[in-house]
Amino acid sequence: MKKVPVRIALRDAMAEEMRNDPNVFLMGEEVARYDGAYKVSQGLLAEFGEERVIDTPISECGFAGIGVGAAFSGLRPIVEFMTFNFAMQAIDHIINSAAKILYMSGGQINCPIVFRGPNSAPGKVAAQHSQCFASWYAHCPGLKVVSPYTSFEAKALLKSAIQDDNPVVFLEHEVLYGKQFDIPDEEISPIPLDKAIIMREGEDITIVAFSISVDYALEAAEILQEKYGISAEVINLISLRPIDQETIIKSVKKTGRIINVEEGWLSCGIGAEIVSIIIEKAFDYLDAPPIRISAADVPMPYAQNLEQLALPNAMKVVEQAKMIISK
Amino acid sequence: MLPKQDEQINIFLALYRKMLMARKFEEKVAQLYIQGYISGFCHLYIGQEAVVVGISSNITPQDSVITSYRDHAHMLILGVEPKFVMAELCGKITGCSRGKGGSMHMYSKEHNFYGGNGIVGAQVPIGAGLAFAHKYKKDSGVSIVYFGDGAANQGQVYESFNMTMLWNLPVVYVLENNRYAMGTAVDRSSGNNLKNRGDSFGIPTILVDGMDLFDVMEKSKEAIDYVRANKGPIIMHVDTYRYKGHSMSDPGTYRTREEIDNIKKTRDPIIQCKQRLIEEYNINQQELENISNEISELIEDIAKFAIESPFPDGKCLTEDIIL
Repeated sequence: MKKVPVRIALRDAMAEEMRNDPNVFLMGEEVARYDGAYKVSQGLLAEFGEERVIDTPISECGFAGIGVGAAFSGLRPIVEFMTFNFAMQAIDHIINSAAKILYMSGGQINCPIVFRGPNSAPGKVAAQHSQCFASWYAHCPGLKVVSPYTSFEAKALLKSAIQDDNPVVFLEHEVLYGKQFDIPDEEISPIPLDKAIIMREGEDITIVAFSISVDYALEAAEILQEKYGISAEVINLISLRPIDQETIIKSVKKTGRIINVEEGWLSCGIGAEIVSIIIEKAFDYLDAPPIRISAADVPMPYAQNLEQLALPNAMKVVEQAKMIISK
Repeated sequence: MLPKQDEQINIFLALYRKMLMARKFEEKVAQLYIQGYISGFCHLYIGQEAVVVGISSNITPQDSVITSYRDHAHMLILGVEPKFVMAELCGKITGCSRGKGGSMHMYSKEHNFYGGNGIVGAQVPIGAGLAFAHKYKKDSGVSIVYFGDGAANQGQVYESFNMTMLWNLPVVYVLENNRYAMGTAVDRSSGNNLKNRGDSFGIPTILVDGMDLFDVMEKSKEAIDYVRANKGPIIMHVDTYRYKGHSMSDPGTYRTREEIDNIKKTRDPIIQCKQRLIEEYNINQQELENISNEISELIEDIAKFAIESPFPDGKCLTEDIIL
């Protein structure tokens, strides 16, 4: 095992896939000479040259469409958005052009493309740069939507995403880019894009999360165990479309309680979906109403104290867990 | 008669036949629409036939083509069997998209035809992406990207102009100016002349009479040769005219009957081509009549096939969504 930050894991996944398949290329704003706005593509230009590591103008809609067209004719583009906030300019191509093509063409044309970049709130950048788009993309058939937490997941999932024949929305988190995780020394193979991972086993309550919220969930589980003797099972969703229902249901059948944690908004969020799944398929196993912890129902404020109030954290999870355990 | 001229006449006759096929096919579509076999949004190409026929005469199999929702004629002219196009319009399992795409979503990977796009202007960056792939794969193909005067006001068109120029991508942009974006005349939607739209990107524009097959053939050859010679993108500004409504549900309140009749009388691409074949190439009227009758019969068979084909099985609903 060695410690590797998520940023490097992502970079290595792209580099390995670009070595394996000449049809894989990377395009986006500042991905080449700047080495990536967040240094995720560091060194790729030097290894693969300007034909395969392509700086684009600031034209999200245009270059997303170009990526889609290239994918239609068999290339495997990785389209980096500097953040998913900017991908709203391009969402028509992600949904209407990429996600729907296989169906609209009766199975004739597929779109093997990865749309990736940081999602959600990186901290102190206020409303227009701090939104979680997980539920937006998870809503749409024809897409696969994943969001890794650890470096291992980041690397293995990105390799899977690049090899996948469908469009994949790959939601990263800027705060995690610098976080170090253990990663095996041996070569990392792709892993399934649609399987959740149980990060910590427990008996009393299930905490479901993805991306940085897994951090909050794990920290909360630790506190719950040490301070209150509550045993929490933490599920890292990984995939937001499709959602690994089996893993969640199995856990809730054991614990009887569930909390979902996410940085997106409450209404029609990932938590709403998780709760619906449990209500529909494990209702009789519930010992308490499900709980959703999410961002406050406001655009992200700038002031640090307000931002902290707006986002989930471990203590909010602990409080809610204590509350439903007492029920 | 010189053999070369013979060959040329055969080519012209084949193109004449294609225009007539596109025309009669679309007329049949209108009829089937009224009879209730076809529904939804349905945009006919009648009046504009010379554009796609003329350009297609200069493309090679490795080239790719993409257009807007007004796409039936493109499918036919690129070589897709018309009965599969008609079946798609009728929502049948035998349709080219297995009945799931309809009028606006038709494709033929075999012919490098990538749609068929229901979002005005969205086909332009996708077409630029097809050009990107040609350059990346070094397959010497070019991308032919059709869009209308309406789409010419979408921002993503200019993002594409910029990037294709910047990266020297092999694209022929075909701006089909049929004078109306739905019901909005071009002088009510465009702040400047559409002929100048490439200027600030340094993309040259060729002016084309889209009602004259021979002009389209000549100018598109020039455009495609330019692009294939690795000189970067080019724009064909094609002056054309749509006879029918924007779609089948068009009130027609935005233009006069006289305007349409006048163009039909003076500039119709099929009549013009016919006259030229007779006057300059000594084709006799009867031969052209025979072609016309033959196509009319074919169209009946095509319609019959579409009408008699079954609708998709219920299990098709959830197929073709994820590989």
